[in-house]
Amino acid sequence: MNYFVGIDVGASTTKAVIIDEKKEIFGYSVVNSGADFKAAAEEAFKKSRESAKRKASNKYSVLATGYGRRNVSFANQTKTEISCHAQGSFFHFPHAHTLIDIGGQDSKIIKVNDSGKRIGFKMNRKCAAGTGAFLEEIANRLRVKIGELNELAKKAERNIQIGSYCTVFTATELLTKIREGIDVKELIKGIFDSVVKRALEMDPLDGNIVMTGGVVAYNPFLVKMFEEKLDREIFVPPLPQLTGAIGAALYASEAKGDQNA
Amino acid sequence: MSEEKKVAIKKIQATGLMRKLMADYFYELDKASKEGSPKVAWCTSVGPAELLLSLGFLVYYPENHGAMLGATRAANNYIPVANAIGYSPDICSYLTSDVGAFIKKETPLSLAYKGIEGVPKPDVLVYNTNQCRDVQEWFSWYSKELKVPAMGISTYRNIGKIENYHLESIVSQMKDMIPALEEISGQKFDIDKLRHFLSLSYECTQLWKKILETNTAAPAPMSFFDATIHMGPAVVLRGNPQAVGYYKVLLKELEDRVANKEGAVEGERFRLYWEGMPIWGKLRALAEFFISLKTAVIASTYCNSWVFESFDPEDPFMSMARAYTEIFIVRDENFKEKYIEKVVNKYKLDGILFHDAKTCPNNSNNRYGMPERLEKKLNIPALTINGDLNDMRCYSEEQAKTNIEAFIEQLEAR
Ligand code: SF4
Repeated sequence: MNYFVGIDVGASTTKAVIIDEKKEIFGYSVVNSGADFKAAAEEAFKKSRESAKRKASNKYSVLATGYGRRNVSFANQTKTEISCHAQGSFFHFPHAHTLIDIGGQDSKIIKVNDSGKRIGFKMNRKCAAGTGAFLEEIANRLRVKIGELNELAKKAERNIQIGSYCTVFTATELLTKIREGIDVKELIKGIFDSVVKRALEMDPLDGNIVMTGGVVAYNPFLVKMFEEKLDREIFVPPLPQLTGAIGAALYASEAKGDQNA
Repeated sequence: MSEEKKVAIKKIQATGLMRKLMADYFYELDKASKEGSPKVAWCTSVGPAELLLSLGFLVYYPENHGAMLGATRAANNYIPVANAIGYSPDICSYLTSDVGAFIKKETPLSLAYKGIEGVPKPDVLVYNTNQCRDVQEWFSWYSKELKVPAMGISTYRNIGKIENYHLESIVSQMKDMIPALEEISGQKFDIDKLRHFLSLSYECTQLWKKILETNTAAPAPMSFFDATIHMGPAVVLRGNPQAVGYYKVLLKELEDRVANKEGAVEGERFRLYWEGMPIWGKLRALAEFFISLKTAVIASTYCNSWVFESFDPEDPFMSMARAYTEIFIVRDENFKEKYIEKVVNKYKLDGILFHDAKTCPNNSNNRYGMPERLEKKLNIPALTINGDLNDMRCYSEEQAKTNIEAFIEQLEAR
């Protein structure tokens, strides 16, 4: 049996996925990327092997993707996260669709056609607006743990509007709202709403929509808000944060490249 | 596989000759500036240079200096200096880097050419707003600073069909400038001299056009990145016989490359259009990156902007007015789209890159839905890269490269 590994070295977390020849997910892990991408990739790979329920052989083909893809010394190949996300998303959802991936440092909109070919993509501008970094910064300002955002937003009783685009301006706007006595739950829902708006500014978002990425994985309520806004069901794969790594592993399985021991 | 492969840019042999030509040009300007004769006119890159030459001026182009500041990656030392005196980081970064460098009394010219201490002192500043308003503000600053007259032509912009009234207005504005220019240069206007310079400019333009068109061959012999360097003489030496001589040499070299099927990019797989300004500080890095992707960027709006088809010595004023009005930057979206469509078909291109230059809306044509319209119409993908001509604070190398790489992966899968 051959095994295929996808390593997605993102700006905030590094993901590893191992699949077998039948494209079954065999093991996976998520670790912090930190400042040493090479070490993070190694750690993620190691942990993904440890997470596997069965023992695998030592033969792996590795494909690296993500921001730090070139730092993965044991990878046989690299591919951009855009291709890998499209591939991973189509694997779970084999129809024409638009993928919204909200990552730690950027967000992407990727269009895939009926045969799984990527027909276009957009990445957000060089700014944190609408990304995980934006949520982190705001959580920090509001003295809320990042893991609590979802529950708090869910409990908000009314909607408030955040008008600013930029993270810094948003933080100032929040100060005004705090002074007005608006509850933190509502502020957070307002922040989620701002993430939705950023995505709507990037693309008309027609047709089927899939959402992936770490922000989606930890904040299912955000997906619900997207659904309300777009008035349609949104598909989220079982391991949304691993979509890029799964795509990478799938590409590794297609390539007839060499293997690493 | 995990490291980017090192690649080498193929050298164009004529480069040495071009460097000599450019050096001679700057030394001649420097001498004139120091001796006070002949008089020096500063002119915008698509301004009425031939008129100035015919009146005996040596012509210096601040935009070329701006590009040098960008290409030598010095611009970001100077942009903040101009920002600090009230010129916003959102306006033309040629302007801000050039003005900032002037304030700091520094220039890449003195690094490149021993003995040159500064930019040549102008006796007059002549602009044409056909490209943007920034050039007018730019020259106004120098006019006040150096107490030198600035004058210019206001051109209609965003034009579809060119009407006579567009051109007549320019003709009369040009003619109105003549008495003042005569006084500054001390020479009487002579229409035959104007005809002479126009025919030299026309010859230069025709050669430059042929050079660009060698890229219709596959593999294409010259990359966009090479072309931005080699168009130097077409910008600053048009109207000079040296430019004509140079382009004959370069054309021959490129024709030889075509005959030998020698491409600028080894193993050329894809052919792309570059729409917008060059990212001067990243020319080499981008050139190498595209070579590593076996992708040739071979056609552009930018390099084509110095092809002046309409110059006609028989009808000097009207033909100059037409030539400087019919260029891409002056035209409406509809014209621009048709223009790009023709080039895409002629050069058999696989995709279009739009450079959204933060500080130059005039050359950032992605902003009114053009990429989306062209994708649909031409059935090829387009990609927008965020960056700037000179201000590298606006450019994220990692993001640009990932976008480009993903774009190429998309082409591979087509
Ligand atoms: S066209 Fe753009 S780059 Fe050129 S001078 Fe005007 S603003 Fe600057």
